[in-house]
Amino acid sequence: MSFMPYVAPEQLMKDRSDYAHKGIARGRSVIGLEYADGLLFLAENPSATLHKISEVYDQIAFAGVGKYSEFEELRIAGIRLADLRGYQYGREDVKARDLANAYSQALSAIFTQQMKPYEIEILVGEVDGEVDGISVYHVLFDGSVTDEHGYVAMGGHADELTDALRDRYQAGWDLRTSVRTAVELLAATPEPRSLAADQIEAAVLERTRPQRRKFRRLDADQIVDLLADG
Amino acid sequence: MTDRVELPSLGAPFGSSPSFSDLLRRERPEAKPVFGGDAPFPIPHGTTVLGLKFAGGIVMAGDRRATAGNTIADAKMRKVFAADDYSAIAIAGAAGQASELVKLFQLELEHYEKITGDRLSLEGKANRLAQMIRGNFPLAMQGLVVVPLFGGYDDRRGEGRIFYYDATGGRWEEDDFQTTGSGGSSAKNSLKKRWRAGLDLEEAIRIAVEALIDAAEDDAATGGPDTTRGIWPVLVTVTTEGAREVPEEQVEAAVRSVLEERGA
Repeated sequence: MSFMPYVAPEQLMKDRSDYAHKGIARGRSVIGLEYADGLLFLAENPSATLHKISEVYDQIAFAGVGKYSEFEELRIAGIRLADLRGYQYGREDVKARDLANAYSQALSAIFTQQMKPYEIEILVGEVDGEVDGISVYHVLFDGSVTDEHGYVAMGGHADELTDALRDRYQAGWDLRTSVRTAVELLAATPEPRSLAADQIEAAVLERTRPQRRKFRRLDADQIVDLLADG
Repeated sequence: MTDRVELPSLGAPFGSSPSFSDLLRRERPEAKPVFGGDAPFPIPHGTTVLGLKFAGGIVMAGDRRATAGNTIADAKMRKVFAADDYSAIAIAGAAGQASELVKLFQLELEHYEKITGDRLSLEGKANRLAQMIRGNFPLAMQGLVVVPLFGGYDDRRGEGRIFYYDATGGRWEEDDFQTTGSGGSSAKNSLKKRWRAGLDLEEAIRIAVEALIDAAEDDAATGGPDTTRGIWPVLVTVTTEGAREVPEEQVEAAVRSVLEERGA
């Protein structure tokens, strides 16, 4: 018979947490910004097809940083949850809070029960057309959830970006200002470099959109246009 | 169901399906209807719908009546819907089954699009619908038949396309126009006389409306336009611009011009 050597729970959790932190710190970042017409998610992403940002439901969007396979799995599970909910009840009964709770439960179980924690962080954003409310939930690798207001950054250089956003952010920015500021900050962190439009992935939940589905991906041309002087 | 919100299929098997109806069957089998034996009471049926091609794409149209036996069950039922941004579906047959099919099909397309990040090809959508109708076959045998028309703009081919189905899930493509439902044959005869290649949008709307009026004249289960209560057919167009419902005023104008020509 073999025995596992005793490891104090504090040590175990700390080791797992360090491991996840390191994994996330290696990756690039995502910024979330509330702007005049809704919510912007913007990421540095050299791939045009492997997305970090995605539509989940009519008014709900998802963004993930860290290990692609892990947040992709959660993204798909979230879409399934939302579509089943909306089918069984009503479309307006699908809420970002439920989704954030589900992610939190899943990540917390993975963190405590599996060999290795997921090296990811997730944002779940929602615009509510009727009450003009925006909710953004930030779910960490251990399942802890925070409710964000105005701006949020996660990923490799989240702390520097959050500090910079705290200085710069103003409520009620238009889309152009929001995109330019987010790109500028990503390009300046950790050290200044140039970021071309095709290295940027951006999408908005646009409250003013007439369609039921408020999610809109900004393509490379639109980003070039938004970044151009004018 | 527990109170806890559980994520379905976390760690799904390799190559798991992006299909919503498969997911529903797996996760919530109780949500799929199961029947045994014939329904012992009349069930509402929707009647005439049609689809036709024109220069810019396709038009789908349907009357507004649903009947249960000799009763008019609904005078304002909608039978034509945008399936997604670039396709439309029109239904005839058992109303409850048919609207459920539309809802599932719309979700099927949206779910696929969100999971994979790509829109299905028009061919793929048409095939998927055939499979879903085939899945309904046991119910069709009990009288709950659903026979839709499906059409859309195929951006790979650069043209509008129309498909029709039978109760077994058979799928055929139509070159010019197609009708289905109890007033379908009258509507088809009308289109035979009026349809020609290269119609513009306005002409297409007019002959679609005219075919529905013809169907309503011959078939008691098809509702004609009601000028007193303001009930007009529903028309959806699909072009390179996407699927759009024709505004009610435009449908009303087309109806009035047809009726005027007939001296009504």
